[in-house]
Amino acid sequence: MKFWPLLFANLGRRKLRTALTAGSFAVAIFLFCLLLAIRAGFQQGVEAAGADRLLVINKFSFIQPLPVAHRDRILQVPGVEEATFASWFGGIYQDPKNMFPQFAIDHRTYRDVFSEFLVPEAEWQAFAADKMGAIAGEGIARRFGWKVGDRIPIKDSPYGSYFEFNLRGIYTGARPHDDLTQFWFRWDYLDEKGPVEMKGRVGWYTARVKPGAAMAVVARDIDARFANSAFETRTQSEQAWMASWLEQMGNIELLMLVIGSVVLFTLLLVTGNTMAMSVRERTSELAVLKTIGFGDGAVLVLVLAEGALIAAVGGGAGILLAKLFTLGGDPTGGFFPAFRLPGSAVVAGAGIALAVGLLAGLIPALTAMRLHVVQALRRL
Amino acid sequence: MAIPLIYNLESVRARWRTTVVAVLGIAGTVGVFVAMLALATGFEATLVASGDPGNAIVRRKGASSELDSAVTLNQLRALEDSSEVARDGEGPLISPEVVVITSLPLRKTGSDASVQVRGVEQRALQVHRGVRVVEGRFLQAGLYEMVAGRNAAGAYTGVGLGDEVKLGGTRWRVVGVMDAGGSAFDSELWCDADLLNSTYERPAGVHQSVVLRLAASEKLSALQARMDGDPRLQCQVERETEYYAKSSRMMTGFILSLGSIVAAVMGLGAVFAALNTMYAAVAERTREIATLRALGFGGGSVVVSFVLESLFVSLVGGLLGCLAVLPLNGLTTATLNFQTFSHLSFAFQVTPLLLGLGLGFALLMGLTGGLPPAIRAARLPVAVALRDL
Repeated sequence: MKFWPLLFANLGRRKLRTALTAGSFAVAIFLFCLLLAIRAGFQQGVEAAGADRLLVINKFSFIQPLPVAHRDRILQVPGVEEATFASWFGGIYQDPKNMFPQFAIDHRTYRDVFSEFLVPEAEWQAFAADKMGAIAGEGIARRFGWKVGDRIPIKDSPYGSYFEFNLRGIYTGARPHDDLTQFWFRWDYLDEKGPVEMKGRVGWYTARVKPGAAMAVVARDIDARFANSAFETRTQSEQAWMASWLEQMGNIELLMLVIGSVVLFTLLLVTGNTMAMSVRERTSELAVLKTIGFGDGAVLVLVLAEGALIAAVGGGAGILLAKLFTLGGDPTGGFFPAFRLPGSAVVAGAGIALAVGLLAGLIPALTAMRLHVVQALRRL
Repeated sequence: MAIPLIYNLESVRARWRTTVVAVLGIAGTVGVFVAMLALATGFEATLVASGDPGNAIVRRKGASSELDSAVTLNQLRALEDSSEVARDGEGPLISPEVVVITSLPLRKTGSDASVQVRGVEQRALQVHRGVRVVEGRFLQAGLYEMVAGRNAAGAYTGVGLGDEVKLGGTRWRVVGVMDAGGSAFDSELWCDADLLNSTYERPAGVHQSVVLRLAASEKLSALQARMDGDPRLQCQVERETEYYAKSSRMMTGFILSLGSIVAAVMGLGAVFAALNTMYAAVAERTREIATLRALGFGGGSVVVSFVLESLFVSLVGGLLGCLAVLPLNGLTTATLNFQTFSHLSFAFQVTPLLLGLGLGFALLMGLTGGLPPAIRAARLPVAVALRDL
């Protein structure tokens, strides 16, 4: 396009204003992407939950244990393909501030049910062969600088004051939103070392349902199997369980999003106004362009392209900054298991930037297009 | 020589459109900033209010909250005999407590939320001085009775006075509603400790925590020393206020860290808006400024004048932002406290300090946005600028 130099000359005339406008765009789009990343962080649990998994907990409360013998009986329920169990460990690594989920898992069945967590076969075999073995998520391993073969001490759990584990493997996630902050070790080791009253007890079961089986029916059948026993169960889909926690967070998430939207709107208003202002100032120049033979359409395109260019540069910078920011990890220090920039945020951010850029240019551009040359020139 | 303020006021009025945009930008930023702080302050205040500086709470060494703690009967007896514990006519002021979590449907959404249930003894009200029964009566020992916190009774279905709550396979009758002065206890249900233990098939005589009144506030270290010296008492003791302040830390940290990032980004955006507005003002008024300089006003006066104008715009924005969030004060909301896994009601607290911080933030934005354009205005070469006429 031969009008590039003209476009750049227009933008370059008030360099500072152009920079500030592009900067405002960058800030607004950065904020927008950040809010979507925060939202994705809140939603992570629900999104990552397996669609074919049921969670079985003690009916009275999720903090109450279930007997390990339940597994065989859960497997007998029609529609259940596999079942595994885990317990919450709740110990401290070095400092109480270093919070991350620690689960005692069944090393025989856990990865069959949670197939999204990927562990190299050799590492898994080493884990299965070592009673004190443990596997850590990539995120938590990076956070504490753990390497395979490290000995990891964890203290002050309700199960005992001191435990040591050998890190045998590091798991990664099959999907970008998988939680990479978990620490797993063998349940049989916990059962051996833990206090007498906790022997043979597990925290919860996760059952994978056969393809095509109705989740609700299987859940009801599992609960029916344990009805009137000493350990009644409450079974629900993993998604419903995660959603119920999210719902309890409720107001906080809503608040952040409402606030963010208001801010975004204001920022875009400010930016759009500045852009419109700069076009209005140049009305007479546009008249000159028309005088020397530019058509209405050409003037319109020229003005719109200017807005779009600022928006593209500013918005692009905002998205890039947001990407860099999310790569830096969770800014809240462990609150979000997975903090990332969703692909949809990038697309939506770019879309919003371009839309505002074009819209802000449109009104003055239309005025410029309809401009009566003689009248406009008279203003000179 | 100072340029009269009326000049600034008039010029703000003349460019009202860009001024309104700048004011709105700053108002939004300040509003969000103050709202975030009010949220965190309210959350923390609710938990801190739960503690009594004259009380201490004893838990298992290393327990992260009451939930994963355990205090045995032997430890309880040894505590009861400690001289650091206050006594009245009926014996030591000590409250052994059992804590479990159950889920109850929220009135608002119908979905389940986690509720903290605290098993207590008759002495509990003498130890927790901030808690009083405002409706009905306190529960009786040995009966399946419950007292609901004010916020719990309001937030969940079926825990009003006279209702029956199904908890762990047994039915409990709500015989009273308690007011704990806006603290975390307001979100709890209280019942008989021994019955709760047996309902949840937990070992009898094991409690999650023991709250005790100190004979004197400064006896805490003496109690700590006694516990360190006694092999039976392998527990940790903390002032109750400290324990509750700690259990709010994760959530307030979360709100503050996210809130400050958002506020910082917004502040940057608002500064850009202010810069743009002020630069535009300077550009439009090149001749005016030159005229002022020609009249004999010095460069310093021009800088002061423009900065004052920018500060005025930001102050209006700041006031507007503070005014907008003022109605939030006292508004009750609820969230999940991740440290106790339970749902907690709390109220926003818009304190004068927070409003002051908000105004300070606004002025800072005004200064940052106004100073560079003001300096440019002062540096305008008078002769060239006047020639524009």
